Amino acid sequence: MVTGMAADVPAARQIAEAVADPELPMLTLADLGILRDVTGENGHIVVTITPTYSGCPALHEIARELEYRLTQAGFGATVRTQIAPAWTSDWITPEGRRKLHAAGIAPPRPAAAGAALPRGPVPLNLTMAPRDPVACPHCGSPDTAATAAFGATACKALLRCRTCHEPFEYVKEF
Amino acid sequence: MTEDEFTAYHDLADETGDHRWAFGTGFTDPLEGIDTSVPDGVSGPALAAYCLMLGDDALIYSHRLQQWMTRLPELEEETAVANIALDLLGQARMLLARAGRAEGADRGEDQLAFFRTERDFRNVRLAEHPDADFAQLAGRLLIFSTWRLALLRELSGSRDPVLAAIATKGAKELAYHRDYAAQWVIRLGDGTDLSHARMQAALEAIWPLVDELFRADAVGGDLPGVAADPAGLRAEFDSVLAAVLAAATLDLPDTPPLALVSGKSGRDGVHTEALGYVLAELQSVARADPEATW
Repeated sequence: MVTGMAADVPAARQIAEAVADPELPMLTLADLGILRDVTGENGHIVVTITPTYSGCPALHEIARELEYRLTQAGFGATVRTQIAPAWTSDWITPEGRRKLHAAGIAPPRPAAAGAALPRGPVPLNLTMAPRDPVACPHCGSPDTAATAAFGATACKALLRCRTCHEPFEYVKEF
Repeated sequence: MTEDEFTAYHDLADETGDHRWAFGTGFTDPLEGIDTSVPDGVSGPALAAYCLMLGDDALIYSHRLQQWMTRLPELEEETAVANIALDLLGQARMLLARAGRAEGADRGEDQLAFFRTERDFRNVRLAEHPDADFAQLAGRLLIFSTWRLALLRELSGSRDPVLAAIATKGAKELAYHRDYAAQWVIRLGDGTDLSHARMQAALEAIWPLVDELFRADAVGGDLPGVAADPAGLRAEFDSVLAAVLAAATLDLPDTPPLALVSGKSGRDGVHTEALGYVLAELQSVARADPEATW
């Protein structure tokens, strides 16, 4: 709630953190690591978010949802985008990884050290085999195979398990 | 579905605005809220022209990939090519918006994408090339993404912080695009006699467009510390291509470069016939109803 010129930033942050990602709705913005900042400016809340991928079509919807939720709670709110530092899958929280796994989506492994700041040679993948196996989120088997490098969204790939034969999605290291 | 999963999706149907169900219909400036002032000592018009080149490469190439939608051999390739096209479209939007801000003439991304004519587009001619078959798609994507990855990595240290941020983000995406293309080039090149022959023919057909990628452009020289030297990207490009083609049992093509027109090429607004057809499709809706919003 707004009291005079000072907005209740912790309350606003709690609301912003709890907004669900439209493409991975089991995750909140906090779980996904795209919520960069929540501040108060002259009684107004400013929320800063960052896109996962450059073309992410959900970013606009996320911004509108944040404005909607905060307005419903009585805040005046503005959403800003920030592109540096670039989002990395390492920002998905342990809680977010647990939720992905529970929803049958394999969470990302730690991103390669070079991926976050791509100076120096970026390794080239010259084989069809995955670099190291992604465990099946259903049965835990490491005997899995990639079926598609890109899934229903840019952040996911498609794999299948050779043990339980279930297909599954996997959030790529980025 | 488990109860947890159901709850997650149920939240989406909660009383919220209609925006949840109209994905991609609301477009705001992709650089909204970002400080886009031009750094001291950097020429705004030169920076705008430079970002326009890189944005046009991504926009035109993305459109060419989008034309493959519903025509690819497998569903998995549809999602891959669609996602690559989407990444490039995202890069194009930010770069065109950056160009518009640096130019200072208040032209937004839509104005730049839909209301310029062929001679005003600054993309390399490789971006507008129509892929004759899937082998050309794979070969052209390998060439384009290897070159653009090297370029964006260089630009991640640019003196313009906005360009550096766009490049840093884009480079991570390009690494995945390059892997995807490399794997298909290897699979086709090291496949059957037929797939090998078609992959080799595809590379030979595209190779004339490679030299232009490393030619000096008209504005880079005015942007020390901001722009990358195109010729400096050749060594990395050559070493990646050599590694992929060796794994694919393919020969490095030696087809001669496509001639310049009075010393000019794509970066000077001189294009192949193919670009006109791309723009006719890309721009027709916006031009038919310039007041439309989406």
